[in-house]
Amino acid sequence: MRLGSGTFAACCVVIEVLGVALFLRGFFPTPVRSSARTEHQAEPPAPEPSAGASSNWTKLPPPLFRKVVIMLIDGLRDDFVFGSKGVKFMPYTTYLVEKGASHSFVAEAKLPTVTMPRIKALMTGSLPGFIDVVRNLNSPALLEDNVITQAKAAGKRIIFYGDETWVKLFPRHFVEYDGTTSFFVSDYTEVDDNVTRHLDKVLKRGDWDVLILHYLGLDHIGHVSGPSSPLIGHKLREMDSILMKIHTSLLSEERETLVPNLLVLCGDHGMSETGGHGASSVEELNTALILISSAFERKPGDIRRPKHVQQTDLAATLAIGLGLPIPGNSVGSLLFPTVEGRPVREQLRFLHLNAVQLSKLLQENVPSYTKEPGFEQFKMSERLHGNWIRLYLEENNSEVLFNLGAKVRRQYLDALRTLSLSLSRQVAQYDIYSMLVGTVMVLEVLALLLLSIPQALSSEAELEVPLWSPVFSLLFYLMFLVLSALHVIVCTSTESSCYFCGLSWLTAGGVMALISALLCAVGSALAKMFADGKFLSKNPAHPKARWSELDVLILLGTTGHVLSLGASSFIEEEHQTWYFLINTLCLALCHEIYRNCFLRDDCEPQQCSHVEEGFVSPAPALQDRSIRCNMLEPHRVSKGPTSLDTLRGYEKWMVLASPWVILTCCRLLRSLNQTGVQWAHRPDLGHWLTSSDHKAELSVLAALSLILIFALVQRRCSLTSKVAMALGLLGVYCYRAAIGNVLFPWQRDSKDISKGVIEARFVHVFVLGILFTGTKDLLKSQVIAADFTIKTVGLWEIYSGLVLLAALLFRPHNLPVLVFSLFIQTIMTKFIWKPLRHDAAEITIMHYWFGQAFFYFQGNSNSIATVDVSAGFVGLDTYMEVPAMFLTAFATFAGPVLWASHLVSFLSSETSRTRTNILQICIGPRRPQIAKAILRKNKAGGITIPDFQIYYGAIIKEYGTGTEIDI
Amino acid sequence: MDPALFRSSLSVWPSFLLVSAPVLFDYASQRVPRCSHSPWIASQENTMKDTDIKRLLYTHLLCIFSIILSIFIPSFFLENFSILETHLTWLCICSVFVTAVNLLLYLVVKPNASSKRSSLSYKVTRFLKCCIYFLMSCFFFHVIFVLYGAPLIELVLETFLFAVILSTFTTVPCLCLLGPNIKAWLRVFSRNGVTSIWENSLQITTISSFIGTWLGAFPIPLDWERPWQMAIERKYKMCRSLYVCTRHGASHCPQVWPISCTLGATFGYVAGLVISPLWIYWNRKQLTYKNH
Repeated sequence: MRLGSGTFAACCVVIEVLGVALFLRGFFPTPVRSSARTEHQAEPPAPEPSAGASSNWTKLPPPLFRKVVIMLIDGLRDDFVFGSKGVKFMPYTTYLVEKGASHSFVAEAKLPTVTMPRIKALMTGSLPGFIDVVRNLNSPALLEDNVITQAKAAGKRIIFYGDETWVKLFPRHFVEYDGTTSFFVSDYTEVDDNVTRHLDKVLKRGDWDVLILHYLGLDHIGHVSGPSSPLIGHKLREMDSILMKIHTSLLSEERETLVPNLLVLCGDHGMSETGGHGASSVEELNTALILISSAFERKPGDIRRPKHVQQTDLAATLAIGLGLPIPGNSVGSLLFPTVEGRPVREQLRFLHLNAVQLSKLLQENVPSYTKEPGFEQFKMSERLHGNWIRLYLEENNSEVLFNLGAKVRRQYLDALRTLSLSLSRQVAQYDIYSMLVGTVMVLEVLALLLLSIPQALSSEAELEVPLWSPVFSLLFYLMFLVLSALHVIVCTSTESSCYFCGLSWLTAGGVMALISALLCAVGSALAKMFADGKFLSKNPAHPKARWSELDVLILLGTTGHVLSLGASSFIEEEHQTWYFLINTLCLALCHEIYRNCFLRDDCEPQQCSHVEEGFVSPAPALQDRSIRCNMLEPHRVSKGPTSLDTLRGYEKWMVLASPWVILTCCRLLRSLNQTGVQWAHRPDLGHWLTSSDHKAELSVLAALSLILIFALVQRRCSLTSKVAMALGLLGVYCYRAAIGNVLFPWQRDSKDISKGVIEARFVHVFVLGILFTGTKDLLKSQVIAADFTIKTVGLWEIYSGLVLLAALLFRPHNLPVLVFSLFIQTIMTKFIWKPLRHDAAEITIMHYWFGQAFFYFQGNSNSIATVDVSAGFVGLDTYMEVPAMFLTAFATFAGPVLWASHLVSFLSSETSRTRTNILQICIGPRRPQIAKAILRKNKAGGITIPDFQIYYGAIIKEYGTGTEIDI
Repeated sequence: MDPALFRSSLSVWPSFLLVSAPVLFDYASQRVPRCSHSPWIASQENTMKDTDIKRLLYTHLLCIFSIILSIFIPSFFLENFSILETHLTWLCICSVFVTAVNLLLYLVVKPNASSKRSSLSYKVTRFLKCCIYFLMSCFFFHVIFVLYGAPLIELVLETFLFAVILSTFTTVPCLCLLGPNIKAWLRVFSRNGVTSIWENSLQITTISSFIGTWLGAFPIPLDWERPWQMAIERKYKMCRSLYVCTRHGASHCPQVWPISCTLGATFGYVAGLVISPLWIYWNRKQLTYKNH
């Protein structure tokens, strides 16, 4: 089957995506779920176990606390409370932790450490999957069984103030609520004041049972200036005073009612050393959890150290405390210290309820649950519990009862721990079969792609995919049969659930057929390649391709980078690899330039690369030295000037200096944003600029960057785009001034911080306008085939539109990254790629390397924590999923995207230049040899200009005029 | 700055971080059939070459020996000396040893034909020029390391000593063999400009030192959290950064920064010293040198 290169690549990408999706489906754990959860109210609570004598206690135990206040502080790391910062800034909390009636824990969050999955985990006790990260921004209502729903069903009145994620998760659950948004990360005072302002009123009123407060300020400070910022101290002090206010109010109320209340202080996730969260470092996982209630009285001298518990344990504890059934999907175990003060019978009852719930969950998720150690322990403790109840009801000797009770309790606690552990482990199980199928698919496509690269990159840009002949071969049918049989065997024998087996038989069959067809195709491509290889090796006349140092570097660098991803440290510090590689690349280019400049006399005829005086900047396509030299007359060859010589004095010096300029730019950018893991905490220019003391410097830098951006981009735009670009960049500065990042020189006070929606939309309009003009030009070039320049201009305009969008989305301290990116592109184009005539493949890979490096220069890393979410809300009033996702993705990948679009525009401009040049040469000063050289070069493969008509036309024309052509 | 010097140092040095492989390939293209020589001349040349190769081998072994000595001798005079813990001291000593041995060999063996002029003033200027060149190359390497991401202000001494040791491995042999002669340098490090096995071996050792340095940078991003890595760290009481220092609860610990690179450079240099005579011996039939 003959396919164009583009079609082939598209097909490969589609199959690759399918394979990767299948792999990911198997790789990411499916959450542990209980099946029958919708009508849990109908389900009676588990009765107290009893051996022989019947127990009369079948109802749920009454609530332990009258009122519950949950004070959730976003990003409250454990050492903010228990460490030196806590002692310094949170004196009241420290007093409560050390001497007061409280229990303190270090609650370990599970991945992903992002707010919404953590809220779900706190309230349902289950472990949300990774897929919840994607939905973090736009949280759909939580349908799973959870404490809030249970409380509402039990008629409790719940009030909520804080992060509006809760309001979306629990719509119509709160009798009163006020949501604050977490998207304006730079705001860390208003967002908390909006919560606190309700507090006085609410605490005086007595008409609620549960009050939930979610404070976002601490997390915002972390995002903006990191955990060691002095702002953290202020914020902690504020939180401490709020806690004191709530606690005293609860205490005074208790004095009247004599029923204990509960105050929970907790964090949803921690904060990494850089201030982000989302990953799995210890700082991000460990959060503080403090339960404060007068029921937890303690004797003086009773030192309680913060114990390590799981975050999911809170759901079960809250449910017990409020007298509600434990949420069905909860994998947590009750925090036993909270019920320690109760009578033994009640304690055992609570433990039993929790164990029953966990064992039920285990039954539903693990087919062979009876073999689980936790389940066995549970059954044994249930039996013992029954004995204890019998003794208790018989009013037996108190000492025996007490001893047995202690034993049962110990048994239960062990059982709970084991059950909880095995359920959590259940989450981390991979679906090996789906992963395997996905991997096989991806690898086959990769092999096919690699095998057909030489053919696909040849001048015809077409290739023969051996697909039809193998489809009718015996091998294909055999493979298909074997794979189907394997599928049946695997799917009927497997115990745990498997996604791929869950698909319909037809789909699975299709995938199997695809796999075997691909395998056959790879096989026949291999066979063909070997046959060709033999043929070529027999042919002595075949010229050996000679690799330059640069080619070797590019190949080894790309391979080496891929190999380095096998080590986790190299993934964490991938930016180091890229910086290292582009530095080396610059030095290699430098070597090449200097050799061309100074060592020309020593080089052999093959090396000298020149054609013709009038042919000042030919396309990269004209690089093949041997052909060119063969074709040219000898005297030209020996004395022929390189293109570097044709440059004037100043340009020559620029060419010589350009690698060093680029190296210096890269070094500066490198110190702008520290990223990765190991060195992320090091001070960098970015932090210096964003700190509030240096706002003036930041403003000057931003303004200067915007001017430079305009200067660098405008030179190849049309007039309309130039004007639009200038206005757009002005709009960007206004936007940044409006949201308070930078200052206007005439405006000293920055009190009125708005969202800057109007300014941002103003810029959006210009972005769309420039993009539209560019697209129009592109379409026009499709219609009018003769004019190549229109296409180039159109592509450049699309590129400049993207630059404007990036300028809008980048944080002000990152604008220099954009400037340097444009600057390096200009220098490379003008002084390196054109004079040295690299070929398209080399230029593409260089663009790829620089694009990757700029991804990291922006301050990104391979951790999800460094994604700048605020970019998704530029110019949007409310959260809209599609534009926000698009803007965030663009801001994150701006570096690679800009380099890729520059590549497209550069290659297109070079192509058009080549065409015009060739036409000039061939028709003008009668050089048919050159045209033929290009033609032959085209046949040999290596460039991507498939337009033969022009060449043929030129040659035929020459031939017609009677010039001789020696072949 | 002398423009010629500037040009040469810029053009010659950085490139060899990368070009060893292609240059090695280049030798394949140097294999020219020797049909023009008569058999007698050929045999005489062969014996000449064999003795030359032997001398080359011995000098290289001496260089390796000097590096080994620089590891063991100082421990007799200095307390607590070890390569890793007192790395900077070792760097200085190693640099001095290698330079001394190179100078000694140059004076004794005299691989290149002695210059015609040999007045004292000429020799002195030549020596001074060599010193200046050496210093320049040190600063040049320092700049390159900073561009590669070495800290600009902190650890200047470490970075500079690293530059010194790399200059010792690369610039000093060049200065000994070719003298402060830019033209000759350019010739030797261009494609087909080698005129003797000495220059050939110079090329190989220089390039392999650069490659060793380049590869030596790879362990830097490792996080040293695997058990064996932590064992090494504990054994040599090293910390990779202040962060790790505080994590380990140590207030002061020796810096680890240039160690992997300097060791890489040393290994590269030694490897070059070993490989070059072997390689030349292996290809002695194919190698012909133009008379210059």
